[in-house]
Amino acid sequence: MEFLGLYNYWVFAILLMTGLYAVISRANLIKKLLGMTIFQAAVFLLYISMDKVDGATAPIIPAGAVDQLYSNPLPQVLILTAIVVGIATLSLGLAIVVRIRESYGTIEEDEIRGMDEE
Amino acid sequence: MNAFGDHLPAIQIVVPLVTAPLVMLLRQRGLAWAAATAASLFSFAVAFALVMTVRDAGLQSYAVGSWPAPYGIELIVDEFSALLLLIVTGASTGSLLIAHTSLKGEIADDRQHLFYTAWLLALAGLSGIAVSGDAFNIFVFMEISSLATYILVAGGPKRQALSAVFKYLIMGTIGATFYLIGVGLIYMMTGTLNLADMEARIGEVADRNPVLVAGGFITVGLALKAAVFPLHGWLPNAYTYAPHAVTVFIAACSTKVYLYVLLRFDFFVFQGNLPGHIAQFSGFMLPLAIAAVLIGSGVALFQKDLKRLLAYSSIAQIGYILFGASLVSLTGLTAGIAHMFNHALAKGALFLAVASLASACGTLTIDGISGAARRMPYTMAAFVVASLSLIGVPGTAGFVGKWYLVVAAVELGPHGALLIVPILASSLMAVFYIWKVVESAYFGPSEGGDEALVAVRSESPWWVLAVLWGVVLLNVYFGLQPLLPLELARGAATSLLAMP
Repeated sequence: MEFLGLYNYWVFAILLMTGLYAVISRANLIKKLLGMTIFQAAVFLLYISMDKVDGATAPIIPAGAVDQLYSNPLPQVLILTAIVVGIATLSLGLAIVVRIRESYGTIEEDEIRGMDEE
Repeated sequence: MNAFGDHLPAIQIVVPLVTAPLVMLLRQRGLAWAAATAASLFSFAVAFALVMTVRDAGLQSYAVGSWPAPYGIELIVDEFSALLLLIVTGASTGSLLIAHTSLKGEIADDRQHLFYTAWLLALAGLSGIAVSGDAFNIFVFMEISSLATYILVAGGPKRQALSAVFKYLIMGTIGATFYLIGVGLIYMMTGTLNLADMEARIGEVADRNPVLVAGGFITVGLALKAAVFPLHGWLPNAYTYAPHAVTVFIAACSTKVYLYVLLRFDFFVFQGNLPGHIAQFSGFMLPLAIAAVLIGSGVALFQKDLKRLLAYSSIAQIGYILFGASLVSLTGLTAGIAHMFNHALAKGALFLAVASLASACGTLTIDGISGAARRMPYTMAAFVVASLSLIGVPGTAGFVGKWYLVVAAVELGPHGALLIVPILASSLMAVFYIWKVVESAYFGPSEGGDEALVAVRSESPWWVLAVLWGVVLLNVYFGLQPLLPLELARGAATSLLAMP
């Protein structure tokens, strides 16, 4: 039961490793960036999962409510920032891939390495 | 203290951050450079004022937006962060002063204002890391500075700069994400992001798995960012292919800022709260530090490219800093932190000399600079003095850090004395790889025959030489008067080890 109860965290771990594996194993630069994005998305899931409080609602408290249980809003705010950072990183990475394609004519890492060594 | 002085920690970040978009609007190359340099000089003055304040009055805490810690973001300036601020703003100012001349031909004139914008963002991010007392805030500044640094490195004239920066981006992002995972796990267990509050609360949950995992993620993630051996793969190419002025900037300060965060976490937050943590840290880092010291210098021996040679030497120097820290003694930490400052001066001066050489030499290889000393006597003389500081010759700044490292190793007893061997071996290798450069520049044949070129000097303009010699003389000054960095380093080490 504990295994199922923690399934968010299992998904986090699997996504994290999938992303990292793609970054390491793929030679195509776009696929590397995709792997990196999956890797970062896994962390978003970790943060979102941790703010869940059993039986709690969204952190909106109507007037007059007493002792209302609500989920922790802070990790969501934090991860909003991290998502923005992730988008900025991805777009910069893609911009670099475009420049690489313009000057090398390829986006395969092994071919680029071959040209660099010449 | 007056009202302005109270806000210095915030001003440190705000000035470069606000100047950055203004520089983008200026559009004209000279104006953009002047504005960026002015902002950087101002930041340097603020850092200096903070150093003086911290020396007199101790730790400075600043509540952003007047929200009290631990709820609001707290900026903290103690001896350690003040020293870091001095390194970061000093490196930025020194390299910007030569950037106007050095970037000519490396970056198109109509793009340079954008380049200076990225530069100021990198400066704001790096200063932000140094002053922030909030774990998540540090992550945000880390990404601001990293993204800006990628842009700066990608500005290099050769296409290899692009493949180098792609590797840097991937590895940097993985490092930062590891750090983010670690911070998330700690937040999960302690419910706080404020470093001081974290330190107070983490003891209660010290034996829980998430905290231990968090320690691992944070240490490895930051080690990747700081290019600790064997996670240094991104560094040599990034340093080699970046524009020369950028290499001066990032080589002098960026890895040190991440080492600072690493030490902050491992000593300030974890040490004393997690049982056995510091013994683990030392057992894990000391072998890596020794390997970095030996392999970094060893690989440098075989490099033909001047910038790559100095980049591998930087990997060895990161090893020295970590070596001091992983001895976990007051002297060891003092040595490591003082070496941060001294190495920034030495490596900054060396890369400034390389930037100056670049104006007259076609290729910056050992063969390419053959006979360069006859054409550029002042630049090469500066290179030699800065090298002496890198090697650690008495009377230069580099000596002070290494001397304290040796003292710290001897303090550990007979086993510790053995640890001196890698330090000395690496310094000896430094003599050899520097000698290769000096031999080629002073005794190598000039292109097109000696007689023709002896008369034709093509020395860099006076302002480049003035900056270069200014930094070189600082190397000598802090070699003879090491009180300021040592006092700050000792203060930092004392607070990291939580000593009275």
